[in-house]
Amino acid sequence: MSPAVEIKTLQIDGKDVGARADQTILEVARENGIDIPTLCHLDGLGDVGACRLCLVEVKGSNKLLPACVTRVQEGMEVTAHSPRLESLRKIIVEMLFSERNHVCSVCVSNGHCELQALAASLGITHVRVPYLNPKLQVDATNRRFVIDHNRCVLCSRCVRVCDEIEGAHTWDHFGRGIDCRVITDLNQPWGNSDSCTGCGKCVHVCPTGALVEKGRAAGEMRKRQQFLPYLTLMREGRQ
Amino acid sequence: MQTVVIDPVTRIEGHSKITIQLDDHGMVQDAHFHVTQFRGFEKLCEGRPFYEMPALMARICGICPVSHLIASAKACDAILAVRIPETAEKLRRIMNLAQIVQSHALSFFHLSSPDFLLGMDSDPAKRNIFGVAAHSPEMSRDGVRLRKFGQEIIELLGGKRIHPAWVVPGGVSEPLKVEYRDKILKSIPEAKDIVFRTLAWFKRQLESFREEIRTFANFPSLFMALTKEDGNLAFYKGWLRLVDADGEVVQDHVDPADYQEYIGEAVEPWSYLKSPYYKPLGYPKGMYRVGPLARLNMAKRCGTPLADQELAEFRELERRFVLSSFYYHYARLIEALFAIERIEAYLEEPEILGKHVRAYAGPNNYNGVGVAEAPRGTLIHNYRIDESGLITHANLIIATGHNNLAMNRGVLQVAKHFIKGRTIPEGMLNRVEAVIRCYDPCLSCSTHALGQMRLHLELRDAGGTVLSEVKR
Repeated sequence: MSPAVEIKTLQIDGKDVGARADQTILEVARENGIDIPTLCHLDGLGDVGACRLCLVEVKGSNKLLPACVTRVQEGMEVTAHSPRLESLRKIIVEMLFSERNHVCSVCVSNGHCELQALAASLGITHVRVPYLNPKLQVDATNRRFVIDHNRCVLCSRCVRVCDEIEGAHTWDHFGRGIDCRVITDLNQPWGNSDSCTGCGKCVHVCPTGALVEKGRAAGEMRKRQQFLPYLTLMREGRQ
Repeated sequence: MQTVVIDPVTRIEGHSKITIQLDDHGMVQDAHFHVTQFRGFEKLCEGRPFYEMPALMARICGICPVSHLIASAKACDAILAVRIPETAEKLRRIMNLAQIVQSHALSFFHLSSPDFLLGMDSDPAKRNIFGVAAHSPEMSRDGVRLRKFGQEIIELLGGKRIHPAWVVPGGVSEPLKVEYRDKILKSIPEAKDIVFRTLAWFKRQLESFREEIRTFANFPSLFMALTKEDGNLAFYKGWLRLVDADGEVVQDHVDPADYQEYIGEAVEPWSYLKSPYYKPLGYPKGMYRVGPLARLNMAKRCGTPLADQELAEFRELERRFVLSSFYYHYARLIEALFAIERIEAYLEEPEILGKHVRAYAGPNNYNGVGVAEAPRGTLIHNYRIDESGLITHANLIIATGHNNLAMNRGVLQVAKHFIKGRTIPEGMLNRVEAVIRCYDPCLSCSTHALGQMRLHLELRDAGGTVLSEVKR
């Protein structure tokens, strides 16, 4: 850690805030009580800017920037909430719903799902794009866990936790665009994976009912994620 | 030749129509009860983990989700190969009985009481629950209160009234709280009073429905129901038994898991509802009836004092078995009384507050059958899974399905009796619908289908031209 911490000052939604130079807009916003919705971000994991829900407007830039991977700069004027951003966030979540088969009422994560909570907080009542209703498989070959691709939003938390924290790198991506899937090993059934340690971290970081413990009935799957930042700290040798 | 079509059939649960064929002299030649909706739950659950089935299958119906939860969870218990904790079984039984009460209340008061109270020939615009409320506020209040009694028990046990996810493979997800038990016990006397009042009133009405009793699906048929080892009324667990119209046991001690040896399912092109039949007699001779009438005909006793008194009186209706489907309504009230008494008895047992309510296991059998008595009759769920626990095949036989042949036969009987000639008074058509209502069919369940309550009746001539039509 550098002894001299460089401080930047900026504005988020008109509020003057101070931040360390190595912080992201998202971190600073949350420290200052400004909520920016996220889905792929999880405290304790590296950010990849995959879900695009945290897009913000920055004065002087004609692009929208993902708050989770954009570092603060001196004098930045950030808009985290505007009608345009709200409408974009809504459509992103609606497209997530339309892309796979998310049926909350019978899902094991019903009531404890980040996607569901996000939709509720954004006030989504309908999905305005046509559902794709893809035919996707459930892999229940693992003795303790199940991956249901119908409920996956490709946030890649499972890929990152397995790589960054557990160090097994069992999970990865496969295919591009609409055909993208998360896979275990080289696209082998999870139950046959040699690299999987069976630690279950992927299950608990998954925001939806895509990765779940076997045998959970509807609404019974609660995820525990609080452990992550501590694991990160401990593994880096810091107390 | 003409055809009369009633489309949609009203005050039933689901979407259907009735067609009545008239010959050149205007006499009824044939009649069909068509179920016009389709959903395909058996197909859409393929590939899903088996332990998700109870919650998924409950979505078949908003009126009797508990029946599906119970039958589905029992099929999953069979896959797990576990014997669920005693407390869990009793809690499931309470929820199942609570649903019997609420569903029977719905059928009797909300759907059928307009015919009893206002008359079969009364103004169709008023012949509904609102008409009942205007004519007899006490009666409509009783209906609402009795249904609430059942629904509240379901909510207190399962967290919500419709589709509670509390019934899970291996038991239930939460034990019963002591304050909830006390709350339910407090509501029992009122529920009993309502059923007593209604039974007394209904028995007085029977005299004015002699013609309907005589003609509403009043014919010999087989009856099927679950029965306990001692021959008493069973709703949750038992052997399947088939009895003929003379009360002779045709098939006894059938393990519900072997249902396919005795029950076949026929498909007719004019309905989405399959027609189950008793295999040894073949199709369509193997017609049988299920539900309240079948259960009471078959049961040696109910097993609770008040319901047994009523059952004794019910038995006096006929020399042998009670064959008129009009008496389904009567049987429903007696069953509601039994259910209330039984709920009270279970709640008074100390084990009901036990904390061990769930057994855990992985899939140990590739095939699981769950059978329970739903308000409308025997409900069968059967799942097959692969080695990782994903459903490869599901077969459901729903109470309303068992009654399909008998309902068709009943429609024909009523039509023959009440419909004569080209012009048909509305009250006569209502009787054709009313015979269907006796069975309280749940068509959404029986086709595992999606739809709304409607009725469409058409009268066609020999050339197929529609002569008259009633639509609601």
